[in-house]
Amino acid sequence: MDVLKIATAGSVDDGKSTLIGRLLYDTKSLTDDKLEAIKKSSEKKGYDYLDFSLATDGLVAEREQGITIDVAHIYFSTPRKSYIIADTPGHIEYTRNMVTGASTSQVALILIDARKGVIEQTYRHFFINNLLRIKEVIVVVNKMDLVDYAEEVFEDIKANFEKLNTNSTYDEQNVSYVPVSALNGDNVANKSEAMSWYDGETVLERLEKIDSVTSNDIDFVRFPIQSVIRPKTEQFHDFRGFTGKIYGGSLKIGDEITVLPSLTKSKIKEIYFYDKVFDRASPGSSVTITLEDEVNVTRGDMLVKNDQLPIVNKEISATVCWMDNKQLRAGSKYFVQHNTNRVLSKISAVKNTITTDFSGSRPSEGKLDLNEIGEIDIKLSKPIFYDSFVANKANGSFILIDEQTNATAGVGFIN
Amino acid sequence: MNNILQEIEQPKTNAQEGVLTMNALESEAIYIFREVVAQFERPVLLFSGGKDSITLVRLAQKAFWPAKIPFPLMHIDTGHNFPETIAFRDKLVEELGVELIVRNVQDAINQGKVIEETGKYASRNMLQTTTLLDAIEEFKFDACIGGARRDEEKARAKERVFSVRDDFGQWDEKNQRPELFDLLNGKIDLGQNVRVFPISNWTELDVWSYIESEEIEIPSIYFAHQRSVFLRDGLIWSAEDEVVFRAEDEVVEERIVRFRTVGDMSCTAAVESNADTIQKVVAEIRDSKISERGARIDDKRSEAAMEKRKQQGYF
Repeated sequence: MDVLKIATAGSVDDGKSTLIGRLLYDTKSLTDDKLEAIKKSSEKKGYDYLDFSLATDGLVAEREQGITIDVAHIYFSTPRKSYIIADTPGHIEYTRNMVTGASTSQVALILIDARKGVIEQTYRHFFINNLLRIKEVIVVVNKMDLVDYAEEVFEDIKANFEKLNTNSTYDEQNVSYVPVSALNGDNVANKSEAMSWYDGETVLERLEKIDSVTSNDIDFVRFPIQSVIRPKTEQFHDFRGFTGKIYGGSLKIGDEITVLPSLTKSKIKEIYFYDKVFDRASPGSSVTITLEDEVNVTRGDMLVKNDQLPIVNKEISATVCWMDNKQLRAGSKYFVQHNTNRVLSKISAVKNTITTDFSGSRPSEGKLDLNEIGEIDIKLSKPIFYDSFVANKANGSFILIDEQTNATAGVGFIN
Repeated sequence: MNNILQEIEQPKTNAQEGVLTMNALESEAIYIFREVVAQFERPVLLFSGGKDSITLVRLAQKAFWPAKIPFPLMHIDTGHNFPETIAFRDKLVEELGVELIVRNVQDAINQGKVIEETGKYASRNMLQTTTLLDAIEEFKFDACIGGARRDEEKARAKERVFSVRDDFGQWDEKNQRPELFDLLNGKIDLGQNVRVFPISNWTELDVWSYIESEEIEIPSIYFAHQRSVFLRDGLIWSAEDEVVFRAEDEVVEERIVRFRTVGDMSCTAAVESNADTIQKVVAEIRDSKISERGARIDDKRSEAAMEKRKQQGYF
């Protein structure tokens, strides 16, 4: 079945949890025992409605504070598709969580409270979806019940968001707008009777039409090697299979390939998935490849087509989102993990801090704090083979690992 | 030589004219398995004999074929297993030709390290933690692969694919490493270990559908069968084994039941079902109105039961 990953961001006030709970409820993905628990808990708190947020806020601290502080994964499905929601908080101090949730998603839901309209938080959510190049954005104008389901309110907000959208540097992004009351279930899975003026899709209808395979990657195939399989059994005495996941384009038998970094050339002999050989394998497949020639290939190497070489360099410029309490400072050392490569590196410059409201950047003073986004230069101890993030998401992104604590301290998008 | 698949009947893997477009969840799990073996020195697969760990074994076979699975399986045996599960485990291990390590909760009880719970709701589920942590130390495992899924329980919904545990096996849920794109950070210090969850993103239905399409053999107790049972708190308990506590006034009756999860017998309830084939089980799960862990009494102790257990090193 098709799997679609959705990123949501928002605070408890704008009804995000209620929207998710409503999606689960309307697609019958909430089982009776979970529903019963929600009813009990809602009654205990004295609510006269079902508090669906109780279905999504997982940790004790979150229940106590009534906020979402991490990335939670929520699952629901329709007969057509399986959905995975990466649910994150919306406040600025959780920027790293939003970036994390967005990194694996194909769709973003941006929630707007109909009473408040486009606010600072909306700017940030949209900015992150732009930075992470999420192709599909659904702007959900929620709490329409509290503004008498007024069409003008929705149209005003839509116009304001479109103004915001002119700042976007990402032309291929599709933005759609839906007026919703998550509490009452208007336009979530079912068409709203109270908003007969709206003839567009419901949130679920929109989601059902989105193709999870579509990506922005240009059609250059990248095959980072995860491991080499040498069974050394009698039956497979000479078998040398290279395992990995295919990104960007397809690979087929007979393709002429170059191994990086050695620049050795060969041809694809077989593409295995388990014990079967396929002619061609599409992006996203985890396969095992054998080559015509006996070439030296190890983990960290990459197979590409001869006429589609990536950039090979020891110096890169990137936009990073900082995720560690310990500041990022120019001159400090980190491991860069890029695909299956882990390379010691030095931060040669922290050039600026980018504001997440599309207003540009300011000088960084050589450092980035937790949850800040900025542009940096990195010098690596050996070359990596990469594309820009715009050309190939997988081959244009990396994480920075703290040498001492081993923490994943930041994420980078190569310019 | 090219055995090209023109048509695969499995609903999750599409082949058109020899083109492989894989099931996203399966591909993700295989990718994770390969990262574990590349990034760690001593991985182990925690095998309970349940459907999720059986699914893991199949995915591991696929990830490393034509080589054997390059790590042992380990069973933390509560001593309260369904006999069918143990028989199944031993057969599977023999077929795969992989090493099986068994460590017993009973040993920890005998050594006085843990004290057996008593009473109506007594279970050895909590006691497994000590045995697991001891075994990790004994074998110096640095990665323990498990079949937990995020859809099982709300504290699990925040679990990472590579989940770092300290020397005491503790989970620090507020200080987890972010996981971005496909980039998994397995760098740890000596003494730490990582719990790895390759099927994090699968739902119960995904697992069952996979078992169906892959024709994976599973223990017979997952299918409808006649059993002597008794009712307590609206749940159906097996009366066929003495480890399940039964009060004298709890009446035994015969019913057609099956198990949806296969854990410690003392805390795993049966469900009434006529699903005696995998197809019927999948259909039943699809229409089910009760969540999988609804029949696990250990999660019902409090709203935060799972989170508390995990902080202490529970799987």
